Amino acid sequence: MNTLTRSQMQHEAAALLPARFVKWFTERGWSPRPHQLELLSRAQGGASVLLIAPTGAGKTLAGFLPTLTDLEHRPKRKPGEARRGIHTLYISPLKALAVDIERNLTKPVSEIGLPVTMETRTGDTPGHKRQRQKLVPPDILMTTPEQLALLIAASDAQRFFEDLRYVVLDELHSLVTSKRGHLLSLGLARLRRYVPSLQAIGLSATVAEPDELRRWLVGQNPPGDMADLITVAGGAKPEITILDSEEHVPWSGHSARYATPEIYEAVKRHKTTLLFVNTRSQAELLFQELWRVNDDSLPIALHHGSLDVAQRRRVEKAMETNSLRAIVATSTLDLGIDWGDVDLVVHVGAPKGASRLAQRIGRSNHRMDEPSRAILIPANRFEVLECRAALDANYLGAQDTPPLVDGGLDVLSQHVLGCACGAPFYSDDLFEEVRSAAPYASLDRATFDRVVEFVATGGYSLKSYERYARIRRTKDGAWRVSNPRVAQQYRLNVGTIIEVPALNVRYVKAGSKGSASRGGPVLGKIEEAFLETLTHGDTFMFAGKVLRFEGIRENECFVSNAAGADAKVPYYGGGKFPLSTYLAEQVRAMLADPSRWKNLPNQVADWLRIQAEKSVLPRRQDLLIETFPRGERHYMVAYPFEGRLAHQTLGMLLTRRLERAGARPLGFVATDYAMAIWSLGDMGQMFRRGRPSLGQLFDEDMLGDDLEAWLADSWLLKRTFRNCALISGLIEKRHPGQEKSGRQVTVSADLIYDVLRSHEPDHILLQATRADAATGLLDVRRLAEMLSRIRSRIVHKDLERISPLAVPIMLEVGKMPVHGEAGDSLLSEAADLVEEAMG
Amino acid sequence: MNVALRPFVARKDGAILIAGERAVCDQRGVLHFPDFGLLVVSDLHLEKGSSLARRGVLLPPYDTAATLTRLQAIIADYNPQMVISLGDSFHDGEGSARLPDPFRDRLCAMMAGRDWFWVAGNHDPDAPAGLPGETVRELAIGGLVFRHEPSAVPVAGEIAGHLHPCARIVQRGRSVRRRCFASDGDRVVMPAFGSYTGSLNVLDRAYAGLFRREAFIAYMLGASRIFAINGSMLRPG
Repeated sequence: MNTLTRSQMQHEAAALLPARFVKWFTERGWSPRPHQLELLSRAQGGASVLLIAPTGAGKTLAGFLPTLTDLEHRPKRKPGEARRGIHTLYISPLKALAVDIERNLTKPVSEIGLPVTMETRTGDTPGHKRQRQKLVPPDILMTTPEQLALLIAASDAQRFFEDLRYVVLDELHSLVTSKRGHLLSLGLARLRRYVPSLQAIGLSATVAEPDELRRWLVGQNPPGDMADLITVAGGAKPEITILDSEEHVPWSGHSARYATPEIYEAVKRHKTTLLFVNTRSQAELLFQELWRVNDDSLPIALHHGSLDVAQRRRVEKAMETNSLRAIVATSTLDLGIDWGDVDLVVHVGAPKGASRLAQRIGRSNHRMDEPSRAILIPANRFEVLECRAALDANYLGAQDTPPLVDGGLDVLSQHVLGCACGAPFYSDDLFEEVRSAAPYASLDRATFDRVVEFVATGGYSLKSYERYARIRRTKDGAWRVSNPRVAQQYRLNVGTIIEVPALNVRYVKAGSKGSASRGGPVLGKIEEAFLETLTHGDTFMFAGKVLRFEGIRENECFVSNAAGADAKVPYYGGGKFPLSTYLAEQVRAMLADPSRWKNLPNQVADWLRIQAEKSVLPRRQDLLIETFPRGERHYMVAYPFEGRLAHQTLGMLLTRRLERAGARPLGFVATDYAMAIWSLGDMGQMFRRGRPSLGQLFDEDMLGDDLEAWLADSWLLKRTFRNCALISGLIEKRHPGQEKSGRQVTVSADLIYDVLRSHEPDHILLQATRADAATGLLDVRRLAEMLSRIRSRIVHKDLERISPLAVPIMLEVGKMPVHGEAGDSLLSEAADLVEEAMG
Repeated sequence: MNVALRPFVARKDGAILIAGERAVCDQRGVLHFPDFGLLVVSDLHLEKGSSLARRGVLLPPYDTAATLTRLQAIIADYNPQMVISLGDSFHDGEGSARLPDPFRDRLCAMMAGRDWFWVAGNHDPDAPAGLPGETVRELAIGGLVFRHEPSAVPVAGEIAGHLHPCARIVQRGRSVRRRCFASDGDRVVMPAFGSYTGSLNVLDRAYAGLFRREAFIAYMLGASRIFAINGSMLRPG
C-alpha cells in the first residue's frame, strides 16, 4: 500500500495541507499517513469517501482533516455578519464515542491553533445547551442518529443545516446493519435535500462487501452510485492462540469455568488484559470465577451494558490510567473507544463470527504496526471447532459481516411523520428523496403511499379514523401535521432502539422490604423478564456480586448482600449472537477433512475420530441426521450448523410435521450447531420405511403453510410486532404527561396484534413484522438457504445408541426451557399442585 | 388448611358458589348463573380504539367488532334470559354515540328478547345513547348485588368489575400471566372482557382489603378451561 517515499509524501502533504498542519506534524516527528492525505485530496475534489481501515490507523483524524483544513481557510466572521451554521456533522452509534471523539479532537485543534468550535449533542445534553446550539451552532456538531432525527423534525431544520458541508459517519459498519442505520440513511437523504452538494465521509472497519457501504453513503440517483473507496490493509498479523487446556474440555455449556486458573495465569503474565465474553451473564460468571482464584488481589473489573453508568465510567477512567490489570467486558466495549495499554485480549466462548473476532482483537496494542496478542478460550468442544475455524478465517482475512437488508417500513413510517413535523411535504418529492437512500432504493410507490396512509390514519381499510388523522393533505397537495400535539408526541418517541423493560437494582439491608428511605446505591438495571421468575430470598449474580432478591417496589428491585455460592445467574434477553453463516461453513469444512484435525487439541480430535467410527462425519455440503433410542424415548439429532435461531424455527416446524406423521414428538432443543427432537414413536424406523422419508420431512415446502400456521400464534412474531408497532408510532413508548401508566390502562401490543391479524392480515405493519421475522428472531432466510442446499444430500444414520457428536446437545435436553405455547400446561401443573395438596 | 371448612368447592369447569349462589366462571371471561338464567360480562370498553384515536393513537379500529363477536358467540351458547353488563361498557361517555350503525344493529340483535341491564361505570356514568336496556347504578338478585366498583370493605355476594384482575404464576422458571376472576367465595371481581383492555395483578395494592386472604383463589382464564390457582401460588407483577 505504502508506495510513496517519505520525501514524496512530505511534498504531497505540503501541497494539500496548510502550513500550520505540516508544522504540527513535523514538530511531533510524525508525517500524515497516505490514506489521510488521499482522503483529503478526494474530499477537496468534491467526492464522498468511504475509508476502510483497521483500528489504530488514524481513522478519526483522517475523517476530520477535510473539515479542519476547510475551516482553516475560512475568513474570520466579521461583526454583524450573519451567523454561521453547522459546518460538519459527526455521527456515531454511541453517545460515549461522540464524547470521546470530541475530547480526542480538541487536542490537535488547539495545538494547531485552529479557530474551530465543536460540541456534542446527545440525549444527555441539557435543554439550555440545546437551545444555545440552535442559536449559535458550533462548527462541528457530534451526535447520534436519534438526535439527527430530532433535529430534522424541528421546524427550523432547513436553516439549521444550510451551511453544512460534511457529514462524518463513524463505525459505519456497525450502524448500517440495524434499524438505526435505516433511520440514519433517511436522515442523510434529507440532509442532501437541504444541501445538494453535501459530502459524506464514512469510517469503517473491514467489511465483506464494501460496495454496499459505498452506495449507502451517497444518493442513489442514479441508482448504483457509489462513494470513493480508500482501503488501508491490516497492520501486523495478530498472534492468536487457542487455549490448549490441561483440563478436560466440557461437552456442553458456556461458562468455560474449567479454564479459569489458566486465564488467571495469562492475566498475571500481561500488563493489561481485556476479557471478552458474548453475554452479560457470562461476564458476571467469569468475573466471579476470576476473583475466586485471585490470590494476588489483582485489580480486575467488570464492564457491561446493564451496570450503572457511573460505575461504568469509573471502570473506563481506571482503564485509561492503566490502573487495572484486567477487565471483563461484553460488546459494550466492542466499538472504537481507545482503552489504555491493553497487551492481551482473551476471548471466552466462541466469537460467533470471524469479523467480530477481528474487531475485538483489534483492541489489543492499539497501534497498527505492532502485532495484537489474543487467546481464544472455547467453552465446549463444538466451540473448539468454531474457534479453530474463526482463527483460520482471521489469518485469511475473511469477512462475514451480515448482508444489508432492505429498509424497514416501520422506520420509514417514523421518518415520514418526522418530516411532516419539520415542514409540509409533497408525496412525489418525499418518495424521490426516500428512494435516494440505499436501503430504500427498491421501494415501490404503492408501498410508500400505504406508509403515508398509515402515518395519517393508521392505514386501515375501514376508514373510520379520517377525522383523527395525524397528518392531512391540504388543498395545495402538501401533507401537514394536523395538530402541534402530534409533533410533541413524535419527539418523545423518536428512535429505533426498543428497550426491554428493566428495573433499577438497588441495595437495601437484608430482610427490609425496601422502604424508600433506607435505599442504598443503584447497581444497574435488570430485565423485568428475569426478575419475574425470582421469588423472595432467591440469589443471583449481578454487578460482580452475589445478591439476594428482597422484592420489587414500583420500578425498583431491592437486593441485599448474599454469600451463597448457588447463585442464579441473570438471564438477559439480548446479547447472544448466532453463529455466522461463513463460520458455520468453515466448521463443516473442518469436520469433513480429517487432515485438518491435527490442529485441534487431542481430546477434540479423538472425539471426532470416535464419531467417524461409531457413526459418520458429514461431508461439507451434507446434512447428517442421527436417530437412536434412549430410555423410553426416541431421538433425532440434526447437525445443520446454521445458528440457534434458524434451528429453533426448524425444530418448531419439524415437530409439527412429525406430529402429523404420527411420531408423537414430545419436545426439541436447539443450539448453534445442532437440533434434537425426542418422541414416543420410533423415528428411525419411520425414516427407514420412508413414512415419511427424510427428504419429505425436510422439504422446503415447510416454509409455506406450516410456517404460516405456526407463526400466527408464535410469541416470536408477537415480540417482533411489538417492536414494529413502537418504532412506527402505532403505540407509544411515552406520552406527554403520562410517563408512568399502569398495565390496566395501556393496550398491550399482543392484543392489538390479535385483533389486527384476524381483521386485516395484510396490514402494512404485519407486512413489516413478517419481513423482520424472516431475518431476525426466526432467521427464516437462513433456514431456507439451508433446506435448498441439503436437498437430496441428507445422510441418515439409524443408531443403536447415542453418538459422540450427539452428546453435547443431549446434555442440553431438559436444561433449556422451550419457549412456546405451553402456558396452559404450566397453569394446569400449578392448579393440580394445589388440588393435590388440598384434596 | 382444613378442607371441610372451605366455604365453596372449585372444580375444573369453573363452577363456584358465591355467597351460596351457584355460578360458572367461563374461560372466555363471563360469569353464568344457571339458576337465574343470568349472564354477566364486565368492562366491555367498546369503542376504546376510536377513543384513543381522538388523541392520535391510531390502533386498529376493530376492537368493538372483535369484542361483539366474542360476546355474540357466548350469548348464543347460554341463551340467557338476562344479561348484566357490569359497567365501563363503553370506554368513554361519547362511546355509545360513536358506535357505528352496523355494530349498533348487532348489539340490538343480541339484546332482543332478553332483559338487559347496563350498570353505570366510571367511564360511562350515563345511559348509553340510542340503545335499549335499562341503566342502573347497581342491581340486587337473590343474595347477590351487582355493581361496577367493588366496595372497599368485604361485602358478601358482591359481583363487581372495574379492576381488570389478572394473576401470574411461575412454574418451571417460566412466567404465565392471565386474566382471572378474583374471589374468596364471598365476592367476585370479574375480568375485563373488552379486546383492548389491559389488566392489573390481583396482588396490587388496589385490591387491598377486598378479600379474605386465606380463602383467595384466582380463576385464571386458559385457552379451553378455567384454572383455579390458590392465592399462595401467585406472584406480583
